[in-house]
Amino acid sequence: MSDAIPVDSVGIVTPQIALFETPLALSCGQALSSYQLIYETYGTLNERASNAILVCHALSGDHHAAGYHTMADGSRESKPGWWDSAIGPGKAIDTNHFFVISLNNLGGCCGSTGPTSINPETKQVWGADFPIVTVEDWVESQARLADKLGIKTFAAIVGGSLGGMQVLEWSIRFPDRIKAAVVIASAPKLSTQNIAFNEVARQSIRRDPDFFNGQYLDNNTVPTNGLGLARMLGHITYLSGDAMNAKFGRQMRHDSYQYNYDIEFEVESYLRYQGEAFTKRFDANTYMLMTKTLDYFDPAARANGNLAAVLKRAQCEFLLVSFTTDWRFSPERSEEIVNALIKAGKQVSYAKITSEGGHDAFLFPIPRYMTALNTFLTRVANRLATETN
Amino acid sequence: MRSDLELIDEWIQPNIRVLDLACGPGELLQHLIDNKKISGYGLEIDPDDLNTCIEKGVPVLEQNIDEGLQNFEDQSFDLVLMTHALQQFRRPDLLIDEMLRIGKECIITFPNFGHWRSRLHLALKGRMPVSEFLPYNWYDTPNIHFFTFQDFERLCREKDIKVLRWAAVDGHLRDHWWIRSMPNLFSETAIFHISR
Repeated sequence: MSDAIPVDSVGIVTPQIALFETPLALSCGQALSSYQLIYETYGTLNERASNAILVCHALSGDHHAAGYHTMADGSRESKPGWWDSAIGPGKAIDTNHFFVISLNNLGGCCGSTGPTSINPETKQVWGADFPIVTVEDWVESQARLADKLGIKTFAAIVGGSLGGMQVLEWSIRFPDRIKAAVVIASAPKLSTQNIAFNEVARQSIRRDPDFFNGQYLDNNTVPTNGLGLARMLGHITYLSGDAMNAKFGRQMRHDSYQYNYDIEFEVESYLRYQGEAFTKRFDANTYMLMTKTLDYFDPAARANGNLAAVLKRAQCEFLLVSFTTDWRFSPERSEEIVNALIKAGKQVSYAKITSEGGHDAFLFPIPRYMTALNTFLTRVANRLATETN
Repeated sequence: MRSDLELIDEWIQPNIRVLDLACGPGELLQHLIDNKKISGYGLEIDPDDLNTCIEKGVPVLEQNIDEGLQNFEDQSFDLVLMTHALQQFRRPDLLIDEMLRIGKECIITFPNFGHWRSRLHLALKGRMPVSEFLPYNWYDTPNIHFFTFQDFERLCREKDIKVLRWAAVDGHLRDHWWIRSMPNLFSETAIFHISR
């Protein structure tokens, strides 16, 4: 990181922790007697607490969405948040107008209660015993965080991929607490193919000898090989074939074939690096849990597969965004949501953004995408302003 | 508002569900939402137009009409609109079928290529007409079908489509007796309100 904070950055941010002592009943039947959520906020909450935007993270995201934790060079903390390109003064999610909240979800490994936390009953690390949490559980816990922060109604809730599923669930579960929903590169439920990818990811972790049935921390180790493999697989599916081709082609490490199993092509080196880097920042149990969270989400199941019937409850207006080369959460999946919203007679706009970036495109500041997001949210902000007067 | 839009406004009932195909920057929909309390969606593929719609709060969906409208259910809209765009699609005949499947009624406006000035242009100059209203060359025009007031009427007859009402106007929306009496020769814009 450079020494100066960019002018359109939210600057140095300090994560905060909210403690909850009221038990949270989970979809799986278990309950968490107490838990904590780590979160960050950007911008200022107005007097009426009406300008809050909740940002929901995806599979491997966390609460650090924007700004910097430190300006010290070199450390991981000196990197900007995962959606810094979209959140800040003058950016698509404009902190001059909005108070933005980003949290690490339950079951996470970045400061919220999860598999790496201590189980208060056993005084041991939860590990694999941490109950599987669902999108519904997350939304419930997010609503409690909102209560704690004095926010009755969100001006908007925004999320991509698994984050988009949380937004969708918010619109159904708390229709009077969300005014605008932005669902990006998401789906109303995972496809069979997606569940299959998730299972391969989980199996590669579980079959790592260092996994120890999920109690690896008790054994002072981590299943880096399995988690790294899972991440490598994920990475392939988040990129488009064209993007990988453009980035690496058949670029080789040496001038000629070595006829062995060392790194021959640059893409192999990239994947190994990504896999390894991920194991340093992410917990294997959390990864497994969050892939299950993805698998289980299917709000239409509550109405015999009729998504429109479930979405009838929603009161907010929607913006849906998809990306042309995204094959993990393809445009057709976003269009399923759009069509259900039309059938339910809801206010919805939909943009299909041309991009080579595959699923990862939702994290890139593609101009048309950022413009659409900003235009939609500017209207939300303008309406807030007229409500105040 | 564009003149042909003003005219069809009178034909549209309040509080209905409207689908506007190729809605452009959403002028008509916004007008209908604000003044007639309709609910509806526009379909558009131009990024700037899409953004303008979002800016106005006009629900707009990025969808290529030539790739089909199967995602819309039978008779799920009271009215399906298409203003000045029918000539741009690959199969206008099939598109009209689709519009009448989705909507109980349809309003379609299109430029009448049978207008005397077009005829004169072709007859005297021997070249494809370029007008103020359709300012394209033959090679770069988005208008890939050229048809007249009469052509459209005939298609409706062949398809057993009811013409509920029609209007024929000049470029300034003027509705003169001579246009009414010879719409194929004198109208620049034809407007049809149709149903099954």
